[in-house]
Amino acid sequence: MRLKRKLIILFLFLGLAIVFGLIKGAVNIPLGDLLLKNNRLVFDLRLMRVIAAILAGSGLAVAGIALQAILRNPLAEPYLLGTSSGAGLAAVSAVIIGVSRIYLPLAAFLGAVLSIVIVYNLASDRGQVADKSLILSGVIISIAFSSLIVFLVSLFGNEAMHEMNWWLWGSLQVYDTKLLLLVAFPVILGIGIIYLFAQDLNAISLGEEEAKHLGIDTQNIKKIVVLISALISGSLICICGIIGFVGLIVPHMMRLVSGPNHKTLIPLTCLAAAVFMILCDLLSRTLFAPVEIPIGVITAIIGAPVFILLLKKAKRIS
Amino acid sequence: MSALLKIDNLSGGYYKEDIIRGLSLDINPGDFLGIIGPNGCGKTTLLRLITRVLNLRQGDIFYKGRNIAQMELKEFCRSVAFVSQDIATGFSFTVMELVLMGRIPHLRRLQFETKKDIEIAREKMVLTDILQLRDKRIDELSAGERQRVVIARALAQEPELLLLDEPTAHLDIGHQVQVLDLLKKLNRSGSLTIAMILHDLNLASAYSNRIALLDQGKIFKEGSPEEVLTYQNIERVYKTIVLVNNNPVTGKPNVVLVPEDKR
Repeated sequence: MRLKRKLIILFLFLGLAIVFGLIKGAVNIPLGDLLLKNNRLVFDLRLMRVIAAILAGSGLAVAGIALQAILRNPLAEPYLLGTSSGAGLAAVSAVIIGVSRIYLPLAAFLGAVLSIVIVYNLASDRGQVADKSLILSGVIISIAFSSLIVFLVSLFGNEAMHEMNWWLWGSLQVYDTKLLLLVAFPVILGIGIIYLFAQDLNAISLGEEEAKHLGIDTQNIKKIVVLISALISGSLICICGIIGFVGLIVPHMMRLVSGPNHKTLIPLTCLAAAVFMILCDLLSRTLFAPVEIPIGVITAIIGAPVFILLLKKAKRIS
Repeated sequence: MSALLKIDNLSGGYYKEDIIRGLSLDINPGDFLGIIGPNGCGKTTLLRLITRVLNLRQGDIFYKGRNIAQMELKEFCRSVAFVSQDIATGFSFTVMELVLMGRIPHLRRLQFETKKDIEIAREKMVLTDILQLRDKRIDELSAGERQRVVIARALAQEPELLLLDEPTAHLDIGHQVQVLDLLKKLNRSGSLTIAMILHDLNLASAYSNRIALLDQGKIFKEGSPEEVLTYQNIERVYKTIVLVNNNPVTGKPNVVLVPEDKR
């Protein structure tokens, strides 16, 4: 089958990316020496980064796909409904109040979930949530919370804020193994749940009425999918901050490659986004080593041209 | 004979006002019911109330004697399918993928299609003559082909009642006849009951065994084409002057428009 072949190719790419992610860096370590005792520390750090990259790439891409399908808008991205600014605002507030650093991820997660709840309720009218109101309230809350972040930073700006800034731009430098494992659980679970809704997402992407005519309870599925995608992006914010673009372009690229059927789109995008993320992270830490470029900057710089190329190519084919 | 779908004193519409106001109508097994009426009379709203896209405010709808409000949505969609004027082409699914979506009401949550579902989808694609298009993407098709895809998907639901909202709206006369002939064939041989909104009174006359003429959210007149399509009924509801003669081919009423300067 064609899907199987595409999956195998992507798995090979993923394997290669993981190897590169492990041996390349500020110091290159030959593959054979990776497991030596004196390389152990570097190996562990890089392995954590690779795992974080896989989680972030797959999670953000699948959260993006889910929102794109239910909003019927290929421009939707995982942070569209305010999770990023909600997380940022909560984290900044926590720093100002003087909460210990170990609780920052928790604050960020709660901020993300809280913002999605606010956005959803703002958009809801008599129990019905229209796509336009959902996007609109997402944008409004994002702008409001972002302004609040800037307001707080300009009032209380200090050393801690400097660190925050780094985090708001995204980084895959994982400080805490336990936190990584803790985040892996909701992200993997969320991807799995969204995959189980693949057929519903197909129908909903045709339009809400069409989906209802096929017997799909659209309002409930919308609610579940919005919450799950917030859970994924909110959890990821805890370990790697806000990484833009990957949730937007990788799904779009894979749609050009294999069509919009979510049953194939979700697994293919998962793998492709993981590869993309590992390579972007590799660039972010090797390009100007020892200076590390925020990963969000790399995804945009790499992603935009690739995206434009693919769009042009797709136009030529059709 | 008891009705397949019984609509009893139905009122409903959008937030502010009712479009359908106290409408009652029976759709009997084997019917080929044409629903006609002027713009804004509530034809589409009626179908949207039946398919539960809109919530009714008053009255009841019974399917085989069961109140549809008490039926699970998937169960309802296994019995009643809907065909819209056109299909969304935003995400470009293939024809096969779209027709297979008609099997969703038959699948349990989280269940993927089986061989049997694919076989049914294939069968419906043969019936609607689109099998050769199975791997094409929907945005590569002509309007006539797209309409047949929508019908194939609805048939894949294996319904007993098929509701259609102007299925011929975007089609040229050749394709109009092709689609309506197909529906007639399914109606006769497959015992599929059909209720269809049509703008073209002569198509409604030629194909329907019963016609419901709607006006201002109510049934103005309901019966055989000969009973409904009289010049008095049409002139009162559509507020224009027409001539009704006999179609020499079908023997059914034929409505001729009369331009103002010829009156």
